[in-house]
Amino acid sequence: MSANNSFPTPFSPTPHPLERRIIFANLTKPDYKPDLITYLAHGGYNELRKALTLKPSEIVAAVKASNLRGRGGAAFPTGVKWGFINPNDGKSHYLVVNGDESEPGTFKDRYILHRDPHQLLEGIAISAYALDVHLAYIYIRCEFPHAARIVSNAIAEARAAGFLGPNILGSSFSLDVFVHQGAGAYICGEETSLLESLEGKRPYPRIKPPYFPAVYGLYMQPTVVNNVETICHIKHILRLGPEEYAKMGTPGDGGTRTLCVSGDVQKPGAYELPAGSVTLRQLLYDICGGPRPGRTFKAVIPGGSSAKVLRIGEKIITKSKNSDGSLSEKQTDILDVIMDASNLAAAGTMIGSGGVIVLDDSRNMLWALNNLNLFYAHESCGQCTPCREGSLWMAKITSRMLSGKGVPSDPRTLLSVANNIAGRTICAFGEACSWPTQSFVEKFPEDFEAAASNPITTLTAA
Amino acid sequence: MAQISNHTETTSQNPNNSQTPSRQADNIPASLLQQINETIARYPVSKRSASLPILHLWQNHFGYIDDSAIEWIAHLLDLQPINIYELVTFYPWFRQSPPAKNIIRVCRTLSCALAGSYEIFDKFCHAIGIDPHLAAHHDGLINSPCGNFSIQFVECLASCGTAPVCLINDDLYEKLTPNDIPKILEKLKTNSEQTPNTP
Ligand SMILES: Cc1cc2nc3c(=O)[nH]c(=O)nc-3n(C[C@H](O)[C@H](O)[C@H](O)COP(=O)(O)O)c2cc1C
Ligand code: SF4
Ligand code: FES
Repeated sequence: MSANNSFPTPFSPTPHPLERRIIFANLTKPDYKPDLITYLAHGGYNELRKALTLKPSEIVAAVKASNLRGRGGAAFPTGVKWGFINPNDGKSHYLVVNGDESEPGTFKDRYILHRDPHQLLEGIAISAYALDVHLAYIYIRCEFPHAARIVSNAIAEARAAGFLGPNILGSSFSLDVFVHQGAGAYICGEETSLLESLEGKRPYPRIKPPYFPAVYGLYMQPTVVNNVETICHIKHILRLGPEEYAKMGTPGDGGTRTLCVSGDVQKPGAYELPAGSVTLRQLLYDICGGPRPGRTFKAVIPGGSSAKVLRIGEKIITKSKNSDGSLSEKQTDILDVIMDASNLAAAGTMIGSGGVIVLDDSRNMLWALNNLNLFYAHESCGQCTPCREGSLWMAKITSRMLSGKGVPSDPRTLLSVANNIAGRTICAFGEACSWPTQSFVEKFPEDFEAAASNPITTLTAA
Repeated sequence: MAQISNHTETTSQNPNNSQTPSRQADNIPASLLQQINETIARYPVSKRSASLPILHLWQNHFGYIDDSAIEWIAHLLDLQPINIYELVTFYPWFRQSPPAKNIIRVCRTLSCALAGSYEIFDKFCHAIGIDPHLAAHHDGLINSPCGNFSIQFVECLASCGTAPVCLINDDLYEKLTPNDIPKILEKLKTNSEQTPNTP
């Protein structure tokens, strides 16, 4: 328990040998402060100086070559996203940084915002220069009131020192950055919802097409929305060079990735690892210290609560191309799946926001799903009927099953409701709320069938 | 689902009902006005964007948002009252009735639940004299009879690695155990310099 900014951190003082701290390098140091002097003493704003000597197109090219993928959830290649912006179209362009961090299981942006705001601001300045942006907003969830103050102070400091504001470092490039606080709605993390919220409206997501942020973004102008961590990576791409940076990761997933592990492991925490460098087994056993005493692992949600759950013991079938061009099939134990965007996609789930939630054999999966269903039922924005009604319906079914009033058709009804949401809604919340139900019911039928046929009594956590 | 939150909050007791209600918009201090004007300047393209930050400033100052506030802010931003009202009713953070001195938000979502947040929530509720079952199913804040504490079960606070957690006023409390709760409440009571009427 503690109630100040020197919170008990989920970081070990010395990084695990498999870790490679770049984003977390400074903020994990116990004496590191979020002020400008400290940042400058750690080489801060050197990359911004360098960037201003480059052509904007060279920076975009470097980001493409780095193989950086977005860290907000969709793992979209950042360079490709940036390529959608045409600096010469005569329009105003905006950069909006997504610091809404509200996907259950995700807790990385929190530490960047509270402890190393200048790392983010340097990334913003470089990105804005590359994208011909002169006005940027950082959207921070209001449950981080200290972060909003810390980042605002950092903006004032950076402005006074000439790293932001008019004619940055004597160049002709000017940039204003402001903090915008959310108001407690998870849906505002979805990028088009976030833009509506930033425009002062109810945060109803916009339909794509045509409202891709790069085309009709903030105030209907071309806009890049990137996650806090994604933007922090930009300066390191310049620092290390795109090739060096890319080499840390895999061809499909460059650089480092933060993985946030919570739930039933010995050492929950936020770990920064070269992308694609560890298997689930290494993450759970080597880095996180294995299960709690006397327990075994049962299930893992690998990329934030919306990602499809994995069952320990399941086998993944992957196809790979042989040197002669023929295809071969390989069975991989789920624990040997590599924790990166492409391998988790091949395993039928996603790396998402990197929030890994672990459940051990003491847990009932119906209980866990019900917890998530209550979350989604509460957070649906209500715009689309399948999502608004379906999320609530699923929560009602799992709650009823938990109370001992399950009926044999419940698992089937759950699946049928979920199957009728995904793909039929305006935003990806539709998928986000149906994937847990689909995967939990399919992969742990025994927990659901038990509750569907006879009342169960022991369903509390811990 | 924020619509439900509004429904329950508007039907809750307004302590000013018996007296002539004083309109918040008639009591705006100069410091708040100045903050509001500074806020609008941060949105050079559209001042409508300032509606959320102004609602935050307003709620931080007055504790909640009354009808006069909705009209006043709408007028300031050249909007219709509905444009502000629909924000207050959608976003869970905004409220239309006064909270108690301290606001306790316990995280309910999976990682915290795995670490015992339901037990933490129950313990808080019992300690401040609120039925935990009622509170868990209530959307929005519930005020304790002593007027010192409002409580709410909220969704993931993005600190799952130090679960279970709660946000009290502006501060995060992490790795909570049931034994921490009496200590936390005692400290809050001293901080608000007030002895509660009921234990
Ligand atoms: C329901 C929903 C919630 C989301 N929540 C967040 C969030 O809290 N933070 C975030 O960065 N991205 C979130 N996203 C992803 C954003 O829509 C967007 O893809 C991301 O901010 C883009 O940044 P990136 O390319 O750097 O990842 C969410 C998406 C959906 C569909
Ligand atoms: S899918 Fe759900 S959250 Fe997304 S727009 Fe539709 S109702 Fe809203
Ligand atoms: S589940 Fe409680 S902080 Fe994320």
